Amino acid sequence: MFPRPVEKSTATVRYSYQAFLPVALILWLLPLLAIFLTSIRSAADINSGNVFGWPSEFALIENYSAVFTQSAAAQYMWNSVLITVPTVMISVALACLAGYALAIYKFRVALPLFFLFVAGNFIPFQILMVPVRDMSVQTGLYDTIAGQFLFHAAFQTGFCTLFMRNFIKALPFDLIESARIEGIAEWKIFWYVILPLVRPAIAALAVLIFTFVWNDFFWANVLTQGESAKPITAGVRALNGQFVNNWHLVSAASLLAAIPPVACFFLMQRHFISGLTMGAVK
Amino acid sequence: MTHAAVPDTTASARPSWVKRNKLAIAPWIFLIPALIFFAIYVVIPIFQSLWLSLYEWNGLYSADGESTATWVGFQNYAKLWDDPNFWTSLRNNLAWLILFMLAVPLGLFIALFLNQTVPGMRFYKSMFFFPFVISQVVVGLIFGWFYNPDFGVVGTLWKAVFCEETTNILGNVTFTCSRPAPDILSSPEWATYGIIAAGLWPQIAYCMILYLTGLNNVAADQIEAARLDGAKGWKMLWYVVVPQLKPATFIAIVVTVIGALRSFDMIAIMTQGGPFGSTNVLSHYMYEVAISEYGERYGYGSSVATVLFGIMLIFISYFLWQMYQDEKGGR
Repeated sequence: MFPRPVEKSTATVRYSYQAFLPVALILWLLPLLAIFLTSIRSAADINSGNVFGWPSEFALIENYSAVFTQSAAAQYMWNSVLITVPTVMISVALACLAGYALAIYKFRVALPLFFLFVAGNFIPFQILMVPVRDMSVQTGLYDTIAGQFLFHAAFQTGFCTLFMRNFIKALPFDLIESARIEGIAEWKIFWYVILPLVRPAIAALAVLIFTFVWNDFFWANVLTQGESAKPITAGVRALNGQFVNNWHLVSAASLLAAIPPVACFFLMQRHFISGLTMGAVK
Repeated sequence: MTHAAVPDTTASARPSWVKRNKLAIAPWIFLIPALIFFAIYVVIPIFQSLWLSLYEWNGLYSADGESTATWVGFQNYAKLWDDPNFWTSLRNNLAWLILFMLAVPLGLFIALFLNQTVPGMRFYKSMFFFPFVISQVVVGLIFGWFYNPDFGVVGTLWKAVFCEETTNILGNVTFTCSRPAPDILSSPEWATYGIIAAGLWPQIAYCMILYLTGLNNVAADQIEAARLDGAKGWKMLWYVVVPQLKPATFIAIVVTVIGALRSFDMIAIMTQGGPFGSTNVLSHYMYEVAISEYGERYGYGSSVATVLFGIMLIFISYFLWQMYQDEKGGR
């Protein structure tokens, strides 16, 4: 193990390491802690410049409920759910199929097609912006929930396919070989042999795509204009304009927007990290 | 083609064409839904954008459904060449690329710091990773407030150091400062760096988690062997550990380059490209040009997007080439 484990060092080193850890964590999360403290302060505190001190009164419930009663935050949150959930289902399903095809079958264009999905995943959004926006306007998908989840699902299929293909490629090929010798149909091999084995990959992708799409801001701006289809990220910006200098409300709204992905991360931490660090080890 | 032949179940009748070619047909059946979807929303729009960059178009259609775009050839690119905002954006993109790379060594540094097994370590690791999970919009808002010279963290710290609190006769508190607090996001020289610093926060967390995973898989026997040979500290890190972390470093560089060139959210939230366009990057400038209150300029916007795409393509080709080398070696 590198660096040398502190257990093997002297007691002084060990204790100072353990004492320093929380200090380092507080420094690292200082911006977040500060904004959390702001979100539970009253307006009076903010105006008198009490940023670091102990809040003169706690306004946690007042501030957070004010966000919901004074703005369309609830609608934005619900829109985000309606956009992210179908995106996750469509992109992961398509990627299971495509990843299986690219990993198992040996045909000439398998690698170029795989690279197409990988490359598509890295391109700047701006190169898609005008045509996708124009297409959405033409087909009546502009400013709708469906217009957003269809695009996200298509775009995220690139990353999901990259992930699935590598995951399936790492499974023992003998499994498929012997199923074929048994005379099992190809789709049955996919359904009964492969799908049960890729469950961890599905879980990892589901949490990752949920987080990516929930946090999307660019497409929310390009593909929506009104309140009816705006997700929470774009909504928070609208609130920022609405609550000018009401920093306690802006910070409460920001933290609310962050809750679902954060909850998702803490509940499915293992899958989240295994998905994100795919390829970081050989 | 190493697959076993499909056994003939009916020895008398020749199997149908579909049966005989099922290993050639099957992959396409599995691929078609993803391919169609991906083509419609990703592949075809790329070419449409490249094509549109040679037109001037406000996004409107005439009554008979014809697009009102007019062909201008390379005029959009010529205009780009003389557009100072474009060059500012390009320069800022370069600043993002270079400074964002700091996330890689800093992420490694934090990973090394956290690669211990004291009680509660799991908690610390996930809390250090925390900034990556929250949306960049939220990070942008947090830092926008953090930098605020009046009531943000920077302003408050500044007051504590450089200002004296005085109470006037009426009992109102005023501050007299030896130097005014810096308004980072309103300063054309400093705003970009302020945003990059904010962007580094989640990016360092991402690189850290990649390195933590990598460090978990460093061969313990090699470390021990090197230790017996007297290697330690920087030498051990540089000659023994870092070479083994190569896959993690590769991914960290890939995601950092992509992250730097994709930076949009933070800029849109913190400065909207201002003051005076000084914090624009190509991705934000493109959006500003294409969809702005002064009418839509899809053609010009597409030419900005094409330049950004060209820059990205250099990196993408390199990444794909690396992956191709791995694929060849892996089998």
